Amino acid sequence: MVLYLARRLSASALILVGVTIVTFCLTFLIPADPVAMIAGRNSTPEMREQIRIQLGLDKPLVEQYVSYAQRLARGDFGTSYARKSEVGPLIASRLPATLLLMLGAIIAELLIGIPAGLYAASRRGETGDKVAMTLSFLTVSTPQFVLGLSLLYFFAYLLGWFPLSGYGSLSHLILPAVTLGLAGGGWYSRMMRSSMIEILRQDYIRTARAKGMSERRVMLVHALRNAILPVVAMIGLDVGIFMSGVVVVENVFGWPGIGQLMWQAIQSLDIPVIMGVTTVAALFIVAGNLLADLVAPLIDPRIRLR
Amino acid sequence: MFSFWKRFSKDKVALFGLAVIAIVVLAALLAPVIAPYDPSEQFFDGLTLEGSPLPPNERFWFGTDTNGRDQLSRLLYGARTSLLIGLVANGIAVLIGTLVGVVAGYARGFLGAAIMRFTDLMMAFPPLLLAIALAAILKPGLMIVIVVIALVNWVQIARVIYTETTSLAEREYIEAARALGASGPRILFRHLIPHLVPTIIVYATLGIATTVLLEAMLSFLGRGVQPPTPAWGMMIFESQSYFLNAPWLVFVPGAAILIVALAFNLAGDGLRDALDPTQRGRR
Repeated sequence: MVLYLARRLSASALILVGVTIVTFCLTFLIPADPVAMIAGRNSTPEMREQIRIQLGLDKPLVEQYVSYAQRLARGDFGTSYARKSEVGPLIASRLPATLLLMLGAIIAELLIGIPAGLYAASRRGETGDKVAMTLSFLTVSTPQFVLGLSLLYFFAYLLGWFPLSGYGSLSHLILPAVTLGLAGGGWYSRMMRSSMIEILRQDYIRTARAKGMSERRVMLVHALRNAILPVVAMIGLDVGIFMSGVVVVENVFGWPGIGQLMWQAIQSLDIPVIMGVTTVAALFIVAGNLLADLVAPLIDPRIRLR
Repeated sequence: MFSFWKRFSKDKVALFGLAVIAIVVLAALLAPVIAPYDPSEQFFDGLTLEGSPLPPNERFWFGTDTNGRDQLSRLLYGARTSLLIGLVANGIAVLIGTLVGVVAGYARGFLGAAIMRFTDLMMAFPPLLLAIALAAILKPGLMIVIVVIALVNWVQIARVIYTETTSLAEREYIEAARALGASGPRILFRHLIPHLVPTIIVYATLGIATTVLLEAMLSFLGRGVQPPTPAWGMMIFESQSYFLNAPWLVFVPGAAILIVALAFNLAGDGLRDALDPTQRGRR
């Protein structure tokens, strides 16, 4: 276990280094020359050389990368073009809202996916199963901005059950969380279904049935408990999917997280903020994958630790 | 082939998906013929006296947008953008993914490990954010959108192909081919890739759904194809602030995106069942 843990941790650390190399390379694709921007139009070649040395752009690439990585490690993502403030604190101040939204989305997808998968597995091959599985495809085929705007229109505007936008109470959270989590709910229902079908083949289920236990009790007590674990183990992987979704969902619902920050940065082409959010999102994804890797063997000891 | 079609044609849901795809492709190809108006013509009578867009009516079946343009015509031309990007970007992604996956799976050793660690790295980036970052840096346009989506989407298929290749490469016929002196490329192209075709077809079909959704999201964020080219995501982006008063501006293109993505997902899922009967009912 300790060896497994060490290996996983070091793999994650390596991926993080890779992530920073990729973002470092991306900054070279930016067409604007930072030296020309700082020096202004009337600068002499000597002045520009001076600035180049100040910025460290005369140093070898490896050295530039090391200082870039050191700055990232300190949480220094540079300065926003549009807001004239540090990107790091800006992202940090927006993170709690995004994490809250993700938590809501995880709850939403579990509440949708697990009952739907249970239902489909119990009606395997029947119409109910087919309807549920087709619906699960509907959820993953719905663009989140269309879903979000539709929910907003019907439940907030026409029915007035929820506020139109904003942040601060549970009723603010429900619509964006459902929007973000519905597609995941569709996937979970499929995984839950196949996991249940796998479990229902096991001998101990046959024993339970043979001793005359009701089908309902077999399903809800014996099968559910084991079928739910591999599904729940996947939660860590959701972080990656959510990181794309929050940009759209937070924009639709006016949710003040890093997604909205990203959206505003996209509109004003605020590249330091875009790169900062991308890097932070990658960090969360690596952490989420690591979590899923660590949770899986705890939940199912049969998984070989490699 | 025959047994494949027999299985596929029994799957009503998948056939429905295929039929929808056929209709959408036809509509896109015939857009200049069947579209009632020019998609970028701004009609004087396309707005109310206060300047608001018109709801669906006899003249404009799907209403007009905030510039007084015909929604139906924009929708039909938008299908071209969506399908073009869906097919080309996903085609490139499938090509890259297949080559990378097959080479990594066959070579294994250091090269294989290095390639797969690189895909691990790519998986750490959320696709939309990476696409946005790339599209923000490189000025967006049709070509850039295609390249960006291809660069982001090849990773998934590379991993699937890699897994399949590693198990195929263990088979005896591959060893026999190698013993007979077949070269590496010959084994890859003659002996490995033909066996991967079913997997490639399935993931190419499912990938179009993902690509259409990603393109719609990019253009919804204003980082997709640029006006005046009509794109479904952009139609929603442009009318977002108007949408509570004119919901058809969102619902019409939104339904179009949903229908196309759903059709490719259903068809792809049906293909998977039909091409690999051992998986039937297990998922």
